[in-house]
Amino acid sequence: MIKDYTVTVEQQVELAPTIFELTLNGAIATAGITAGQFVNVKIPDDQYILRRPFGVAEVNETKAQIKLIYRVVGEGTEIMAKVQPDDQLKVLGPLGHGFPIDFLQPKDRVLIVGGGTGLPPLYELGRRLQQKQVQMEMALGFPTRERVFYEHEFAAFGETYVSTDDGTYGIQGTIIDLLNQKFKAHEYQAIYACGPRGLEIAVSNYFAGHPNAYISAEARMACGIGICNACVLHTKADPNGPSEKKVCVDGPVFHIDEVLL
Amino acid sequence: MTNENARLNVDLPGLTLKNPIMPASGCCGFGEELGNLYDLNQLGAIMIKAATSRPRFGNETPRVSETPSGMLNAIGLQNPGVDEIVAEKIPNLKAKFNQLPIIANVAGSSESDYVAVCRQIGQPEKIAAIELNISCPNVAHGGMEFGVDPEAAYSLTKACVAAANVPVYVKLSPNVTDIREIAQAVAKANPAGFTLINTLVGMRFDLNTKQPILANRTGGLSGPAVLPVALRLINQVKSVCDLPIIGMGGVNCAKDVLEMMIAGADAVAIGTANLTDPFVCPKIIADLPNVMDQYHITSLKDLIAQRNGVSV
Repeated sequence: MIKDYTVTVEQQVELAPTIFELTLNGAIATAGITAGQFVNVKIPDDQYILRRPFGVAEVNETKAQIKLIYRVVGEGTEIMAKVQPDDQLKVLGPLGHGFPIDFLQPKDRVLIVGGGTGLPPLYELGRRLQQKQVQMEMALGFPTRERVFYEHEFAAFGETYVSTDDGTYGIQGTIIDLLNQKFKAHEYQAIYACGPRGLEIAVSNYFAGHPNAYISAEARMACGIGICNACVLHTKADPNGPSEKKVCVDGPVFHIDEVLL
Repeated sequence: MTNENARLNVDLPGLTLKNPIMPASGCCGFGEELGNLYDLNQLGAIMIKAATSRPRFGNETPRVSETPSGMLNAIGLQNPGVDEIVAEKIPNLKAKFNQLPIIANVAGSSESDYVAVCRQIGQPEKIAAIELNISCPNVAHGGMEFGVDPEAAYSLTKACVAAANVPVYVKLSPNVTDIREIAQAVAKANPAGFTLINTLVGMRFDLNTKQPILANRTGGLSGPAVLPVALRLINQVKSVCDLPIIGMGGVNCAKDVLEMMIAGADAVAIGTANLTDPFVCPKIIADLPNVMDQYHITSLKDLIAQRNGVSV
């Protein structure tokens, strides 16, 4: 059930320059969030009327905590980066549809492809897949060495390789270069990707036709609940027609053949 | 002292409302999503998303951009077309919320389009009233073209009033030199009333790309930033025309609602505030009696009756 939860800041950590991890205490943690779902955070300044959508990076039902990870990209996230422990935030959620994982069996092999601030929802996904005893391999892309985060956290799930656009860390190149070099050997029961649109398009093309390849789309949103129609995508079946999918309610997770990125 | 419930009642042609609050068109879809969050029977009414003769994808994205205390949108009248709206969206909404008056927003690119949609959707067994959208700033043809020209606005209104079997409220554009001139021209076509304001045309640019942020280049400004403009325009229309007004534009809370009613509105639609907080409409309805007490307002009907002399 979607509600506007009041949460209390437990802590805020700068994981890498401009990348922040926010731990929040509140009942939203026990609202049945699935991996890949997102929340809409009210910026604590009424001048900013649009909430900011963030994929949930970690759900801890026992401690009633969730973690969000975000990058400071504008005035709204600059204000978020200043919130302190015990500050309160309004968080609408859980929103959207998460990653389908029910079909996976123990020992199934899964590839997780993440880029930059697309990593957070994939981390909670990894935690769920670990509980299901699924074998995971991770391909993580970042722009540069200083923006790398959560490498060790993902490495705890399985074999993890990193690329950077400028080659300052890991393999130099795009996520496709990384896939070509390190992930050609195996077949995967499922592929899950989240990152910048360029990464998601590349992954969609790379795994075209795969029955269980999913991306979590990013979009400029206003409401997050399907009433404003800001975040629509064309469908691959009807690329020029009136058919559409809303990232906020039909997604953010889509099969790679469903939407036109 | 009027009883607690009756204090919020308002009456407009075709709309006997338990309270004046309704989510504005474009900010509540066809009621499906908000209807999963709260009981829409609490609302005075609902103004559903625009209907056009054919399905429309609308504009490409980005379709929204934040602005100080507001936002720009250029959705472009995305909707599944009047056939699906009449066959599915409206019956579903009525089945789930049988005490909710539905106001259908009608848009088009030509007079014949508007008339055909008004005829199809404008039947009392389907809806309570039509909001005739002659002021959408985000489409290449139709929309605001009609709303900024007094003669075109008059002629279109006349044709739609004749085609519909429910009251027609004409949605006026703020993007005109003198809204009074348009209102007076439209009034001659005998609509039930007006709704105003639609959004104000604006732009934002991306400093990195040096291009407009919105794919449509321009968009409509809404949100708290436009409230004073809406209040002025409502008051101006009221000063020249006695027709009822459903006011809208930047309303965020119960105080804003009362201010808009003092300016000249008989009911108030809530738009962008739903995007910030989807529960805002029931919150405002719950707050209204307390805020009315604070300002010694016995009932909204009294407030409307007593607001003489407050004109520009």
